[in-house]
This record gives sequence, C-alpha cells and structure tokens, in this order.
Amino acid sequence: MIAALLGADSFTGAVPTNIAFAIVAAMMIFAAIRVVTTRNVVHAALYLVLVLGGVGINFLLLQAEFVAITQFLVYVGAIVVLFLFGIMLTKAPLGVSDDLDNRKQRPIAAIVGLLMLAVLSFALIKTWTDQKVPFRLSAATNTTELSDSIFSTYLIPFEVVSVLLLAALIGAIVLARKD
Amino acid sequence: MLINQFLLLAAILFCIGVYGVLVRRNGVLVLMSIELILNAVNINLVAFGTQHDISGQVFALFVIAVAAAEVGVGLAMVLLLYRTRRSINIDELDELKG
Amino acid sequence: MWFLTHPWLIPALPTLGFVVILLLGKRLLGPARAHWIAISLVAVAFVLALGTAGAWISHSDHDTPVTSEVAGYAHVDPKCSQVAASVAAEGEEAIAPVATAHTSEAGHGEAEGEAAEGGESMSQPVVRCASWWSNGDSQFNIGTMLDGQSVLMLVVVTLVSLLVHIYSSEYVKGDRRYTHFYAFLQLFTASMLFFVLAENTLQMIVGWELVGLCSFALIGHWWEEKPNSDAALKAFITNRVGDVGLLVGTIILFFSAGGTWNVIDINTRANTGRISHTALLVASCCLIAAVMSKSGQFVLHTWLPDAMAGPTPVSALIHAATMVVAGIYMVARLYPVFFHGLSIGGSSINLLAVVGAVTGLFGSLLAFVQKDIKKVLAYSTVSQLGFMVTALGVGAWTAALFHLFTHAFFKACLFLGAGSLSHAAGHSFNMVDDMGGLRKKMPTTFWTYVIATGALAGIFPLAGFWSKDEILAGTGGANDGVGTYYFALIMLLLAAFCTAAYMTRTIWYVFYNGEFKGDTHGHGDPHENGPRIAVPLVILATLGAVAGFANLPKKMLGIEMPESLALRFEHLVEPVGAFFPGHGVGFTHAEFNNLLAIGSLLVALAGVGIVYAFYWKGALRPLHGLAERNGMARLGKRILENKYYLDWLYTDVIVGFIKKPLAAATYWFNQNVIDGVVNGVGKTAVASAHIVYDQIDQGVVDGVVNGTATFATETGGGLSKTQSGRLQQYAVLFFAAAAVMAGVLVLAVK
Repeated sequence: MIAALLGADSFTGAVPTNIAFAIVAAMMIFAAIRVVTTRNVVHAALYLVLVLGGVGINFLLLQAEFVAITQFLVYVGAIVVLFLFGIMLTKAPLGVSDDLDNRKQRPIAAIVGLLMLAVLSFALIKTWTDQKVPFRLSAATNTTELSDSIFSTYLIPFEVVSVLLLAALIGAIVLARKD
Repeated sequence: MLINQFLLLAAILFCIGVYGVLVRRNGVLVLMSIELILNAVNINLVAFGTQHDISGQVFALFVIAVAAAEVGVGLAMVLLLYRTRRSINIDELDELKG
Repeated sequence: MWFLTHPWLIPALPTLGFVVILLLGKRLLGPARAHWIAISLVAVAFVLALGTAGAWISHSDHDTPVTSEVAGYAHVDPKCSQVAASVAAEGEEAIAPVATAHTSEAGHGEAEGEAAEGGESMSQPVVRCASWWSNGDSQFNIGTMLDGQSVLMLVVVTLVSLLVHIYSSEYVKGDRRYTHFYAFLQLFTASMLFFVLAENTLQMIVGWELVGLCSFALIGHWWEEKPNSDAALKAFITNRVGDVGLLVGTIILFFSAGGTWNVIDINTRANTGRISHTALLVASCCLIAAVMSKSGQFVLHTWLPDAMAGPTPVSALIHAATMVVAGIYMVARLYPVFFHGLSIGGSSINLLAVVGAVTGLFGSLLAFVQKDIKKVLAYSTVSQLGFMVTALGVGAWTAALFHLFTHAFFKACLFLGAGSLSHAAGHSFNMVDDMGGLRKKMPTTFWTYVIATGALAGIFPLAGFWSKDEILAGTGGANDGVGTYYFALIMLLLAAFCTAAYMTRTIWYVFYNGEFKGDTHGHGDPHENGPRIAVPLVILATLGAVAGFANLPKKMLGIEMPESLALRFEHLVEPVGAFFPGHGVGFTHAEFNNLLAIGSLLVALAGVGIVYAFYWKGALRPLHGLAERNGMARLGKRILENKYYLDWLYTDVIVGFIKKPLAAATYWFNQNVIDGVVNGVGKTAVASAHIVYDQIDQGVVDGVVNGTATFATETGGGLSKTQSGRLQQYAVLFFAAAAVMAGVLVLAVK
C-alpha cells in the first residue's frame, strides 16, 4: 500500500516524498551551516549528527536502503562518537569559544564557496533538466542486486578496501600511541 | 522527484563543507567539514546510480568505508599534533614553508 | 620469427638486472663487482637485439615484392589494433583513404602506382600485445611493436649501453655508490628499450617518464655536491614542462583517432584522412613542446648542458642512445600526425623545421664560448638534435633516423673520450686551463677523438658526412617542387660550418696548445687509460667512421652503387604502407646531390681550416682579441656566454614573478614581520628563494633579486595583516582554482 501511495507511476508519489525531501533538506542545510559556524565544538558534532542522519534519509528517498542503514550505523553510530572522543582527548574548549575560526579567512572562504556553488548549480541545472528518479516496487531486489554486485563485479575493490581498513587501523595505532 | 533536487542539495552541502575546511582552525572541526564534503559526494553517487545501475550505491559504500578509515587516521594525527604542540590549531603548522 | 615476436625479452633483461643489483648486488658479489651482472645482462640483450635485427632483415627482404597495402597489417595482432582488426574483417576498405584537404585521392593513387612500379615492398611491422588493464569499455594494452625503426634503436641502445657499462667499470671504480650507479644504468637502458618497443602511446608515456626519472637519478649521482643535485632537478623540472605537452597531445590523439592508443591505428587514421586536420595540428604542436624539452630544442634546451654534472658515462648514454633521442624517436614514430598536421609535404616553413633549424645554429654558436669540454659536446648535441628535428620537419624521415644512428656512435665516442681525458688528467673538464698537449701522452684517445670529430664535422667519408648530407639534401629542391625549405638549408649550412670550427678548437685546446697545464694530484704525468676505457673508444670510433656506409646513395659523382649496397638503411628502416606518408604527398627521398655534397664538405673544411689557421698558425691576427676591442663582438660574446640570457629569463623573470606573491603570503614571513625584524625579512626572503629556486638559478642579477626582496617586504607587510594560515591559504587557492577551471570547462563545453 505504501508503494502504491508513494510510487504508482500515474501518481508518482511526488507530493509526499517531495514534502519529506523539503523538510529534510532544509534541516540539513541549516545544520550544515551550524557545523561550520557554531562556536561550540560539541554542538558542531551534534549538528553533524543531524546532517549525517539527513543524508541517510536522502538515501532512503532514493531507495538505497542498505546504504542508508550503513550510513546510520557507521556515521551516526561510529564516526560521530570518534569525533567526540577526539574533542575530549584534545581538551578542546567545551563551552563557547571565539577561537575556532580564522576570522580573516572568512570573506575569501565565503567567496570561494559561493563561486563553487554557482559553477556546480549552473552545470547541474544545465545537464539534468527534468530527469526523474525512477521508482522500484520491491525493496528486496535492490539489496540483493547490491550484494551481487559487490561480490562479483567489485570483488577486488572490496578486498582492497578491507586491506585499506587494516592499514588505517595500524596507522592510527602507530600515530596515536604514546612511546 | 527530480534527480536535480538531490544533486543541488549535495552541491550546497559540498560548498558548506569547503567553507568549513577553509575557515576552521581547530583540526577536529576541519575533519568534520571534510565529512560534509564526503557525504555530499555520497548523495551524488546514489542519485546518479538511480539513472544507471547499482554501481552508484556500491561506490557510496566504499566511500563510507574509506571515510571511516580517514577519520580514524585523521583523528590519530590530530591527537599526535596535540601531544607534540599542546594545540590543534592547524594554522600554526607552518613547516610547509619553502 | 621467434625474435620478432619476443622482443620483450630485451628490456626485461636489464630490468631484471636493476632489481637484482639493487636488492642483492652488494651481498651477492660484493660492493665493487656489481658490473659483472650488469655487463653480462646487457651483453645478452645486445645479442638478442642483433638476432632481432637479423630476423627483421630476412623478414623484410622478399623475393617477390608485397605490394598490397593490406599485407602491411599481416603481422599485426588484431587484438592490439582496431585497424588491423577491421582490415582482417573488411579488407582494403578499412584503410582506403578518405579524401580530405590533406590527403588527396590523386596523391594516394600516385603513391600506389609508384610502389607497384618500383617494386617497393610493404613493410610488415610485427605487433604483439597483452591486456594491461581495462576500465569500463576502454582497453589498455601493453605490448611490443617491431618495425625497422624500433629494431634500429634496439641495436643502437643496447650497443652503446653495453660499451658504456664496460667503460664505467673502470671510470667509476671505487665510487661510493657503485652498485647504485649500475642499478640505475640498467634501469635507464631498460626504460629506453621499453619506450622504443612501445606499441601504444600510453606505453610511450610510461617509458618517456621512466627515462626522465633515471636521468634525474644519474645526473644527480653525486648529489652531495649542490650543483649536481641542482642540475638533476633542473633536468627533471624542465622536462616536466614539456611533459604537459606530451600528455595533452596524446589525449587529443586518443580521442581524435576514435579511442585508440595503438600507434599503428593512430598512424593509419592520420595518414588516410580519418583524423581532422585541426586535431592533428593541435596534437603535433603539443607534442613538439614535449620534443623541445626532452630533445633539448631551443628555449627548453637549458637543462642539457647542466646535465653534464652527472658522471661522464651517463652523459654519453644520455646524449647518444637514451633520453634525448626519445623526442626524435617519438616524432618519427607518430610521423603521419606531424606530416599531415603541419602540412610538411606542401609547405616551405613549419614549426618543426623552424625549431630544429634555430636550435641547430644557435646551439653550435653556444659551443664556441665554452671552456668545459663536456659543455662543448653538450651544445654540439643540442645542435645535432636540431639537425634531426629539422630533417623530420622537412619530410626527410630517413635522413633524421640515419643521422640519429650515426650520431649515436661518434657522440658516444666523443663523450667517452672526454671522460678518458679527464680521468687521466686530474678530473677536470676545463680544456682551456687544465689540459693541453695530450696528443703524445694519450694516443688512443687522441686518434679516436679526431676520427669522431671528423665524423661530427661531416668530413668525407666518415659517418657524419653521409647523414648530414642527406639531411641537407632533404631540405632542398629535390622535392618534386613542393616543400622546399631554403631557410632550413641556410641555417644548417651555417651550423655545419660552426660545428667543424668549434670541434677543431676543442682539439687545439686539448691535444695541442703547448704543454699539459693541469694538475693530476700526484698521479704523475697523464697517460693512456686501461683497456676497459680504450676499447670502447676504439669500437665507437670505428663505427663512427664506417656507419655512414649503411645508406650509400644510389649514384654518386657518376658512379653507380651496386644494388645490394645502396640505400640499405632506407630499405630496412623506413616503413612503407598505409600507416606512413607515401611518395605522392611530398614525402621526400632526396637524391644524392653532388653539388650540395661537395658544398657542405667545403663548408666543413672551411670551418676546420679557419680555426686551424687561427690557433695553429696564429694567422688572422685581426681576429685575436677581437672581443676585447670591438663593442659589437664583445656584446655577441657576452650574449653567448650568458646563453642568450634564457636562464636569467626563467629564474629571475618567470620564477621571480611567481614567487613574489607566494613568498609574501607565507605565514613564516608574517612571523618575522611581527617580530619586528623587518630588515631581516628581505635577506631571509632572498635566502629562502635561493633554497627553493636554486635549482633553476644561475647568474642571478643582484639588482633584480634585491628589487624582488624589497617588493616582497612591502607586499608581505601589507598582506600579512590579512593572511594567517599557510595551509588553508593553499586550500583557498586550490579550491578557487578548481572552481574557476570547472567554470571554464562548463562554459567551454556549452
């Protein structure tokens, strides 16, 4: 029924998903701006949680359930906790601090950011005018297909990633241990 | 749903991330901004994936794995930095000077 | 046939040597005996190369001529080449010329007619490949392409390398990095062989860069001394400038040739009009930039004389067989691209010919004012490479390759001779102040040096005479009325005159000029070196004397040469087929021209004669000390001594311009300002500028640097208020540049 509500081609489900997208997107942009502007380090980490969660919801809207769940588990669950540990171990100022920004760098950074945004949006709007996100009825096939792809076509990259993780593990230990 | 709405959202996140990388002094905050950039890319990958095949999602997964490794090593570096300098302000790192 | 399908063994042997020597060399044989592995492996490679050459000769000599163009692809593996695959499928259709502005149907027809008439046989390159890697639909192969050109280079490279290996075992004996030296000699040889055998342009890039890397390591072999590591860096960085051209040109060719890296595909499609003229023009201009840096052509040649800082055997290898001839080889390899892109057949001036002719003359002028014997030879290489590039630019393909072939022998002989002199005479290369009178003391070196000098100057009947004359003839009128390059002819005749003159000057300073002036540091009188130095010299001098007979003209001074002797080189090396410019489109095979040959011989003899009169006989009094008395002459000499001020231009003007804002922006700089050491800043800026940019730094003009420092102080003071983090400063520039470039790309693609 949900599928019928969201995805029947005649109806396209455009309205409810679009409303969901608008809310999530607005929240993400606000939170992202707070991540780079807030004067409290811990708040920045918490706002980051909002952005990362929003990205996960976007994955759901794009019918990438497995990626969405990974996003929640790895990012929200692990990486943010790592960040909080980092903040704690480096004795960052826990309250409000005016020392987090390079004030003199702000105008130029804003210009660069806006310039990039202008170029990107121009290219995107020109290229992807009205292509729609196609809708699949069954979620199961999606994940099956994903696992098939990882363990056949992308088997070697997958193995390489595991080696990379091992290397990162060792590297992090070597870097951070006290000797 | 237009594919463009996801792509534009990703573009905005990306540019906010770039702003953060350029402005923040604190090493941990710079890493957080980098996470914003990586996530923007992930949205792009998955959105493009809907137009082609499942590869977009596979790559998004790889990016997540690599990002985890990156944060691990990055934070270790920040920690080392803190231990040697008692500060993680990256604008005090000037050994790159020629 | 076995030899033709397995040439990969030849580069594989020195590669093996590199690995073994680097990892096990010291342990296996002891620190001073690494040369045994190296020499034996190169010797085997040389034997294999000779076997390949023999196989190629029997492969190209047919009893009945093969005249069908399709047959040219008979030994090309269809896996490697799209064209070969479509030839196998469709036959003649696949390589039929498409009528465009630059390949007219008529011209092609004529070529075919001529081929049939003269009984000229198609050459049949042997191409084998394996899949290297693939990405999506793109397939990247690695393989070998064997035709006359690569066989020629296989023999030359392995032979010169073998002799250099033997020579080095005496020359660098007891060096602190003896094994390291041999390991890199091996890798150098292997990379050049890999480059020479490249089947596709991607593989060529890999070989090209490997050669550059090895030259970097070997020029900077004695890196403890600053000038040496500076020279190595300069060589590497100057080459990077040209590499940009190589990358861009290769990419353009890949896309315009329909997504193929294969050399035969690109050549066939360029030659049959399947690539647009604009694409060919742009690609060839980009590739010329690469040739200019790698083959030391004028304006980017400045690294080559500095590269003399390396050990002498390495210089011989760089100048004779590896590295600098890579540029020539690349042009020759992708010749249809240049031929049609620059309209060589139908024009009387083009970029390649101009670059070559200017380099030929200006390089030889520079050689006049050098005191260092190796620098004389270095500028002479610059000048001779100019000859080869000119030859390619005027359509005399065979002449260029022939000159490359002969030049390799006599130039290697000259370099090894210079090394032999300095080895005996107190390790100095200053021929004016530290040598002299060595004729009697080192007879072998003297005679080999004289023979090689004669060959370089183009004295009949030594090798240089034949090849230089073929180039000169190629520029001239024997060209069916199209593409007559009088400009190049005049420049090269002047250069030939200068060449003869400065080489004679060298002989005077080294071997005559009174008594020995140097200091042997307690080793007694200078004396002839041992056999490991002398024998390679004799071999190379002999080859330098006789190599010219490989391409005897059909008819000379009314004497007909027997068929089996005439133009053997041309028959064996020059490709014939749909992948190479034919006769009808202005591709030249200049006939031997008696008048021109005698003329150029007279020009060379005049050069020798004038210098002989000047130094030996003390004649031409008014010319002595001319530079001291005459303002114009003084100016000319100063310009030459400062190498046309090119280093000054690069270091102070261009680099200075770039470094000013950067230096000013450094946080480090800022710290100094805050500390109130405003005066110290200027000095520190100069010091840091030296540290970073010294590699391209010579003859700094004080005023400019002081001006730079003052300017940097002022802008630094101003900018330091707005700048703080250096790392993020970089990041800003980086992201801004990325955004701007992406914007340009988006707008351009629109």
